[in-house]
Amino acid sequence: MTGELPPGLALQKVDERIMTLNVGPQHPGSGHMRIIVQIDGDYIVACDPDPGYVHRGEEKMAEYRNYITNIPHLERPVIHDSCNVLYPYVLGVEELVGIEVPERAKYVRVIASELNRCIYTMYWLAIYGIFLGHSTMFMWPAGDRELLIDLMEKMTGARVTHAHFVPGGVRNDLPPNFEDVCLRQVNYFEKRIKEYSAVFYDNPILIARTKDTGILSREDAIRLGTTGSVLRASGVDYDLRKKEPYDVYEELDVHTNVMKEGDSYARSKVPWLDMMESCNIIRQALQKMPKSGSVRTKLKPNPKGKGLDSVYKRVESGRGSLGCYIVSDGKTEPYRLKMSVGSFRNLIALPYLLKGEKLGNMPSVYWSLNYWPVEADR
Amino acid sequence: MSSDSEKPNADETPEVKSTPPATKKPEVELPAFEKSISDKIVEKFGDKVEVTFVKEDRVGIKAGRENVHDVAEFIRDALNYDHVESVSGVDYPQDKEIEVVYHIGSYSDSSLARQILVLSTRAQREENPIPGNDATKLPTLRDIFYSVEFHEREVFEMFGVFFEGHPDNRRLLLPEDWADLPPLRKDFAIKGR
Repeated sequence: MTGELPPGLALQKVDERIMTLNVGPQHPGSGHMRIIVQIDGDYIVACDPDPGYVHRGEEKMAEYRNYITNIPHLERPVIHDSCNVLYPYVLGVEELVGIEVPERAKYVRVIASELNRCIYTMYWLAIYGIFLGHSTMFMWPAGDRELLIDLMEKMTGARVTHAHFVPGGVRNDLPPNFEDVCLRQVNYFEKRIKEYSAVFYDNPILIARTKDTGILSREDAIRLGTTGSVLRASGVDYDLRKKEPYDVYEELDVHTNVMKEGDSYARSKVPWLDMMESCNIIRQALQKMPKSGSVRTKLKPNPKGKGLDSVYKRVESGRGSLGCYIVSDGKTEPYRLKMSVGSFRNLIALPYLLKGEKLGNMPSVYWSLNYWPVEADR
Repeated sequence: MSSDSEKPNADETPEVKSTPPATKKPEVELPAFEKSISDKIVEKFGDKVEVTFVKEDRVGIKAGRENVHDVAEFIRDALNYDHVESVSGVDYPQDKEIEVVYHIGSYSDSSLARQILVLSTRAQREENPIPGNDATKLPTLRDIFYSVEFHEREVFEMFGVFFEGHPDNRRLLLPEDWADLPPLRKDFAIKGR
């Protein structure tokens, strides 16, 4: 019987002792995905993540639109981190078409992407907090990220989904007096997030729930190909802003936060440390940025690549390395566009980490992966 | 008529002029470190592999479907690459082939931190695909790079490339009862386009 069924529809025999639980896709603790867990008493014996409930076919859509009209829909996978999602695509198109970016635009991009990283991380932290039952940690980040959203609104005109990056620079120059407002808000923001340690990261309840749960060793983090905060929490010093600097990151002093523990606690702390690093980068960029000048190299209408060509660009997003593989056949649309996203790459660690874990630890392990279901599905 | 025929000519001439220097340039000044990586692979496998490009931080290697497993093993063991970042399918209906592209990187070797090795191979493309039960097959690289597990599942459902030896060839993103063509093939058209 099973031989006739296509792969994926084969029936499974279940042990009488084992219970199968579907967590999601409607369950608020799972995000837009289903996690099929098999439990023996309170312990998880197997876990099978089932993403795809928010698959929107971004890659297919991109083949039907030209390089400019692709911009607004490609940032949809993570609307809170939309600048970083677009970044590799924009860098790739610039290489395919062969245009230079003005110096000031590169600094504006770095500032925008660091602000976006903080906005995304605050949203993630709010969700992480509420699923560990810590309501204050939901309210504080959700409120404090408004500071940076206001900045992005001043800069781009939109609170989320800015569509600000375009091949050749950014869409608009900074508004007058932006540098001063930005510096003030970022300084206050940094002061605020430092207060989180007292209420959250040094909280004995959080430590009891997350320390030594879901330990990912350094070797396994490398073998599974994880990325971003998951990788750095397992002791691997790898940040693309430092290792493969794009735009002006080479001229800025970027510190990589690494923790050695590899448990849920380390994975939840690294993004928080990264936010403080982002504040440092923004301050440096504001100081070094040329005070005037063009922010956009005008493209010819309907830009196209030079014949059969391919490019793979990657940046460090809020969830890790984000790669964009563009194949061009010399037309105005990409022949193929593939986004290799951090969430999808980190998902492979979930079944690995949950095996042998208590069911009650599932939320802390799952959300500590810095996983964004919509991005993984694309 | 005459003005119409002139305009394309005027457009074409700068393009023709601009392309030869763009293709010649990298041939003259190939990045040395990247060249040494591709040389090591060519030295080991000879004409079984083809170097598609050598750019700054990127090396492109193309291998036949019967060699790709050996090449990947060599890349891991001798060249210290340790994880796969991305596995992409690219459909080429005119060649009757589907290309699968592995972007391989390294965390443990700091000299390779910037490098991505682009290993590509091609599978036979079927006009009327029956995913899993036709000739569109490739050997899996999961036993070499564990990180390809979900990526290869995605390529299977989106392009119908069955990975022989992959322990878990189920669908990942698509619904279990999806009965249409694999959607990222070029012959699957979006409605209204």
